[in-house]
Amino acid sequence: MQVYLDNNATTMVDPLVVEVMQPFFSEVYGNPNSLHKFGTASHPALSKAIDQVYKALNASDNDDIVFTSCATESNNWVLKSIFNDHIVNGDKNHIITTEVEHPSVLSACRALEKEGTKVTYLPVNHQGIVEPHVVRSFITDKTALVSVMWASNETGMINPIKEIGEICKEKGVLFHSDAVQAVGKIPVNLQDVHVDFLSMSAHKFHGPKGIGALYIKNSQPLSPFLHGGEHMGGRRSGTLNVPYIVAMGKAIELATTNIEEKMASIRAKRDRLEDALLELSDTFVVGNRDNRTPNTILISIRGVEGEGMLWDLNNGQIGASTGSACASEDLQANTVMLAIGADNELAHTGIRLSLSRFTTDKEIDYTIEHFKKAVLRLRAISSSYAKVGPTPGGESKACELHH
Amino acid sequence: MAKNDLLGASLWDAYSNKVTTLMNNPNHQGEITEQEAAEHGNRLIVADFGAESCGDAVRLYWEVDPKTDIIVNSKFKSFGCGTAIASSDIMTELCIGKTVKEAVKITNIDVEFALRDSPEIPAVPPQKMHCSVMAYDVIKKAAGLYMGVDSGTFEEEIIVCECARVSLKTLQEVIKLNDLTTIEQITDYTKAGGFCKSCIRPGGHEKREYYLVDILRDTRREMDEEKMKAAADAGSKGSFESMTLVQQIKAIDAVIDENVRQFLIMDGGNMEVIDVKPTEEYVDVYIRYLGACNGCASSATGTLYAIEATLKEKLSKKIRVLPI
Repeated sequence: MQVYLDNNATTMVDPLVVEVMQPFFSEVYGNPNSLHKFGTASHPALSKAIDQVYKALNASDNDDIVFTSCATESNNWVLKSIFNDHIVNGDKNHIITTEVEHPSVLSACRALEKEGTKVTYLPVNHQGIVEPHVVRSFITDKTALVSVMWASNETGMINPIKEIGEICKEKGVLFHSDAVQAVGKIPVNLQDVHVDFLSMSAHKFHGPKGIGALYIKNSQPLSPFLHGGEHMGGRRSGTLNVPYIVAMGKAIELATTNIEEKMASIRAKRDRLEDALLELSDTFVVGNRDNRTPNTILISIRGVEGEGMLWDLNNGQIGASTGSACASEDLQANTVMLAIGADNELAHTGIRLSLSRFTTDKEIDYTIEHFKKAVLRLRAISSSYAKVGPTPGGESKACELHH
Repeated sequence: MAKNDLLGASLWDAYSNKVTTLMNNPNHQGEITEQEAAEHGNRLIVADFGAESCGDAVRLYWEVDPKTDIIVNSKFKSFGCGTAIASSDIMTELCIGKTVKEAVKITNIDVEFALRDSPEIPAVPPQKMHCSVMAYDVIKKAAGLYMGVDSGTFEEEIIVCECARVSLKTLQEVIKLNDLTTIEQITDYTKAGGFCKSCIRPGGHEKREYYLVDILRDTRREMDEEKMKAAADAGSKGSFESMTLVQQIKAIDAVIDENVRQFLIMDGGNMEVIDVKPTEEYVDVYIRYLGACNGCASSATGTLYAIEATLKEKLSKKIRVLPI
């Protein structure tokens, strides 16, 4: 059996989604901007996809939802165009974001800092959550934008977007949320919250990679990121990616129809897995379950280094993820793990398991069994569980320097 | 960055088969108890290095025959990734059968080499070289415990880059000898900084006592000071003829840096000293013009006289400047 539990990284494309995109490769292939029937033939499907996305997010017809290539593009677009419109060509000089954002927000912010923008990286509490009063306390009359992710890719923890949105509205500050980990996983109702800009990506909810969107409330001004043939009403140039837009519409519809039921089903499996893994001694999970995306577990297993654990899981055909420094190309400890500040250990012993609606009970059973076996094996090797202590003088100080 | 870097490395695919095998089934994982060692009439040494909170920790067990100082058995416990476990395992294997004094000579390079499938292909990708360094550190610590000395005494020189085992002294020499000005050049010449990158600048995977950026800056400063000193010495003592060739070139360079070069650069040119040859009558200084100086009419007349006059005044009346 093989089990994919890395759905916060990307998801399988739903076969129903693949089916609806098929005709738009070799049958209906015209450029939608062309006047002839080859071009216009794709319009009904594109309109449908647009309707599906607006409906899924409960967006108003006065809002714009512009298709992009991915959420990285959407996030960069918002940050760089706000910089251009309100900082370079305006009287603002400040952007607020959080320490735990995705690299597409953090790196873009660092780039803007080099251009002279002041950026505040808000801390999170021990649950990994941004507290609204902290956001409020950092807003000044020079603040151009607040950007806070809806849910965390690492922990699954859900930020109080409604409260933060109200604060931004009251203070007259623009508000952007990277909702990549929220859309399709939990209800996102744009009539219920005040958000000016919202980024999303289809491949996180069983759509294909290479298609995302940016929601722009009330069609408000935001200078374009890509210049060209004035596609999408001039907001985002580049020939419309017809099959992928059609796919994104279908994918978001499938993910959000009866979302409460789907959430309950995923959560039941997630909770069963989480309960079983917590039976192991010296383990803990970040964040309470009720305020977490229903598919995510970030568990710390004492004495077991994350990459080693991933290795053993991979040997058992289970795909998971770790924030361990060892597993990253640059050996940098995971900033999200460190920001939570629970313990330095978590940065090295954290394993993230993320389910999808395709995860089965059998897969959960298999994972529980294999996971426990792996922990047993690695703890048997681990120095953290050794019985014979060091010769006096042979103890190590915490994190000593090599010399 | 080029075609082969577009996809990014697949970390695990770069591991040797030996690393994979030992990670899955380490041969010397386990503990040796005081009782076991005593039964064989041997001494037990247990040393720790690293900590969970920094991502790597290893505990090394040695059973040493006190009559011969030979390590008759060795085991390990490790909190770490696959390469850390495999490195620890091969480390114990390298220790067994050696005397404590011989074991101290095992370096992280030996450990990594022992994990290779074939001598030419590294056992682990560059950023994982670091894992084998722990093995080297913990061996020194165990040896220190056995011999009752501080483990620092085994290190004869200051190692700046642990992964490639490059010492401070080597780095300073290579920078001076080859006139290096960038970190990339240092990595090309010595491999230092080419692996886990911790030693390049603060903020990397682990804290270091020495960083390449500081060493480069300090060494460059030292080089400049030496140049100035050479010039000052030459001026004050007037002993240009008694200098070694290297000192003479340095002194000429220093005088040119201070009095001539800026004017050449202002006109888009420059020059370099090629050679110095003392003869009975003259000290011939061969120079080459660069940039706009090349072919400039004045470079054979006014400029040349100015250079020669300056060198004569500052260094020696016997100097004759010859452009080539």
